[in-house]
Amino acid sequence: MTGQGGRADTAYLLDSAGPAAPPRNNGELVFAAPWESQAFGLVVALADSGRIDWEDFRQYLIADIAAWESSHDLGDERSYYRCWLTAFERLAGQHGLVDADDLEGRAQTLRHDGQRGTAHRA
Amino acid sequence: MTGAQEHLDPALRVEALISLLVEQGLIDQAAIDDLIKTYEQSIGPMNGAKVVARAWTDPEYRERLLADGTAAIAELGFNGQQGEHIVVLENTPTVHHVVVCTLCSCYPWPVLGLPPSWYKDPAYRSGIVREPRKVLAQLGLELAEGTDIRVFDSSSEVRYMVLPERPAGTEHLSEEDLATLVTRDSMVGVAKVSAP
Repeated sequence: MTGQGGRADTAYLLDSAGPAAPPRNNGELVFAAPWESQAFGLVVALADSGRIDWEDFRQYLIADIAAWESSHDLGDERSYYRCWLTAFERLAGQHGLVDADDLEGRAQTLRHDGQRGTAHRA
Repeated sequence: MTGAQEHLDPALRVEALISLLVEQGLIDQAAIDDLIKTYEQSIGPMNGAKVVARAWTDPEYRERLLADGTAAIAELGFNGQQGEHIVVLENTPTVHHVVVCTLCSCYPWPVLGLPPSWYKDPAYRSGIVREPRKVLAQLGLELAEGTDIRVFDSSSEVRYMVLPERPAGTEHLSEEDLATLVTRDSMVGVAKVSAP
């Protein structure tokens, strides 16, 4: 962060080129599904408020994208936000923000709730 | 925990992460939504608006769109990521379609972008089915007496998009100019398109 906080700073921090750059169309960010934008908003909001360090997250992200690329064929379509999500989960686990077991448990609870009530998740 | 959650649906993982962080007071949903609103601009109603403007100016495209929405929309380069079908419903002076997802928030996001918050609101989801005329009026759309209002319920398999009526007085406009008039709400069926 530049010390001034605010959204413009975080937007500026987003890579515009290289492996950690998010998908864009004519300069604007592109999300392929609602969960991708939620994952994006989650991390940027935490960086915005200083709960996580953007550069720290960026290093996790670069590592996960590299790991994905080394384990997939060149032709496979890369899911940037799957890597983004995995990177954040690792960071959150290692920094004690979210415990892996808690996350697993909560996700299972939400899934069961979803199956009972709202049968189809958008 | 590398990859420990990979077996879970990413949408579920994000939802779980957010709910745990909200509980700890580290984040709030409104801040996330605000950020997304700020950043999310490109994929959005513009795709749907281009589809509508094409249908208004090209009668053959309109026919293809109404016969097979998914295929006609793909002609313009817009594809769903999950293989859902998009069915296009044409509004006319006498028939008005409006779209809802009564179970959750299924939405044709490849053409309409992210759903607006009211679309997920239980008041809209249940109200539009029970009292469509009243809910549309609350949203600012007064329909003439006798208009046949048809409510379509989206699902994970079929997502509906409304082809709004072309407003009078726009005969001289180009397809490109017409696209700028088409709003997201008009493609959900809670508004009409106005001439500039």
